[in-house]
Amino acid sequence: MIFFLPILVFTGILVALAVALTVAERLLVNYGICKIDINSGDLVLEVEGGQTLLSALIESKIFIPSGCGGRGSCGYCTITVVSGGGAVLPTEMPFLTRSQVRSGVRLACQVKVREDLEIKIPEELLNVQLFTGTVEGVRMLTHDMVETRFELKEPAEIEQRPGQYVQLQAPSPDGPVFRAYSISSPAYETGVIELVVRLVPGGIGSTYAHSLKKGDPIVLTGPYGEFRLSEDPDVEIVCIGGGSGMAPLKNILFSVCERWPDRKCRLFFGCRSARDVFYLDEFRELAKKNPNFRVIYALSDHDPEGGEWDGETGFIHVSVDKHLEADDVKRHAFLCGPPPMIEAVMKVLEEKGFEEGDIFYDKF
Amino acid sequence: MGEVSPLVILVAAIFTNNILLANFLGMCSFLAVSKRIDTAAGLGAAVIFVTTFTTAINYGIYHHVLVPMELTFLSYIIFITVIAAFVQFVEMFVERFSPVLYHALGIFLPLITVNCAILGVSLFMIIRNYTFMQSIAFGFGGGVGWTLAIILIAGLRQKMRYSIVPVPFRGVAIAMVITGVMAMTFMGFAGMVTIQ
Repeated sequence: MIFFLPILVFTGILVALAVALTVAERLLVNYGICKIDINSGDLVLEVEGGQTLLSALIESKIFIPSGCGGRGSCGYCTITVVSGGGAVLPTEMPFLTRSQVRSGVRLACQVKVREDLEIKIPEELLNVQLFTGTVEGVRMLTHDMVETRFELKEPAEIEQRPGQYVQLQAPSPDGPVFRAYSISSPAYETGVIELVVRLVPGGIGSTYAHSLKKGDPIVLTGPYGEFRLSEDPDVEIVCIGGGSGMAPLKNILFSVCERWPDRKCRLFFGCRSARDVFYLDEFRELAKKNPNFRVIYALSDHDPEGGEWDGETGFIHVSVDKHLEADDVKRHAFLCGPPPMIEAVMKVLEEKGFEEGDIFYDKF
Repeated sequence: MGEVSPLVILVAAIFTNNILLANFLGMCSFLAVSKRIDTAAGLGAAVIFVTTFTTAINYGIYHHVLVPMELTFLSYIIFITVIAAFVQFVEMFVERFSPVLYHALGIFLPLITVNCAILGVSLFMIIRNYTFMQSIAFGFGGGVGWTLAIILIAGLRQKMRYSIVPVPFRGVAIAMVITGVMAMTFMGFAGMVTIQ
């Protein structure tokens, strides 16, 4: 009894406070129905007030990209708020530049719908759709990389450009969240989406992607990303990547080789050791069919298992330096990999005569 | 302490026994939000509100639930819980009725929960054996005292933006120094009224 009384009293007080708070929330946090005007009258939504703008838009089937699921830690969900929405919050400041703040750019996950809003969303995002599908195949590429192919069911086709990404819905203890992954299947395969995901221990999205089996139902939204590949076949393509930065490069290379068989393109790809190498056979196959495509893989570590390796060794920027000649031809470079790699490669590319506007990169 | 008038306690809590300048409680949010007078005043208003009502609630719980049941050892955890719940309520209230203040205070509004001045007021109330009216006067006075101190310092810090502060002292360091000076000036009130 002597132990129960304190517990009982404490629990009783907690329950009383919780009830009081719930009642207060009912009375205070009730904003009624608010109107959201998108792109000056293109679309007017009526949503329940009190929620964040991001969830209000998702509810109305407008899929704003968001990597962190509304916690304000990725900074992807930028939109322009013309009127309503209050002042910019301190939580948004790290993700916005001064000129963005001046022109009303906000993070949709931090803006609360309390009044009628007027917002602007890039036309492209209005084309983003919600896809449902099933897992068509799963292939372990290395010990921690998996290639997952999804067959799209509803809608059955996706129109994507190389370099764009989708957001895969993954279950989490706090309800479903979306995680962004670049599309690795080439743009001409319209009925499938293929992702290459590295397992991050404890990561919600990657653990989910690695747990998928053939036939599992999936939900994803996309395509996102404003990136456009140059349509000029005389512009050469140089793809440089490392680690898990393969997905967008594979999409670019296969799409380019299909659409412009005469366009020159190359791939430089850095891996740690022989057991981290993947897709090399596929690219060698592609190079056999297409003489304008060249592929170079390099290993940065000495192989602990002593596996056979007849290719390059050392960091990838060294291989780029060695095999990419300084040239006047117009070339575009696509970089995807860890930040130190990108910085090292950028330096090499500038020495080779690349202009800053011709280098496109994605650090992660 | 039955004989001291609540009015005396109110004045004492503001001037002679200022919770911030005499007891140095509630320093963290004090240093963080004392850069501008308007936000300092906003946070101060929220603190006054919270201290007044939490002392009243805590007084009721302590004297009518914990003392009869001999559970006074639970007072710390229950006081904190009451304060946390009440801050939640204030947060909803401010968000609803003053979004501008809500945004200006940002993270410091929920952080009132761990503002030690508020727990301190509730605990002093028990140590000093205040009656209900005295407790409310002390709670309100403690909040007003804290607000007065933060507004005074915020005023000084706003002015100090135009003065040349030696580099190692810039920011929180000089704020600590002027807080110390301010505390010494408040000692000038000592002897006006006394509560122990």
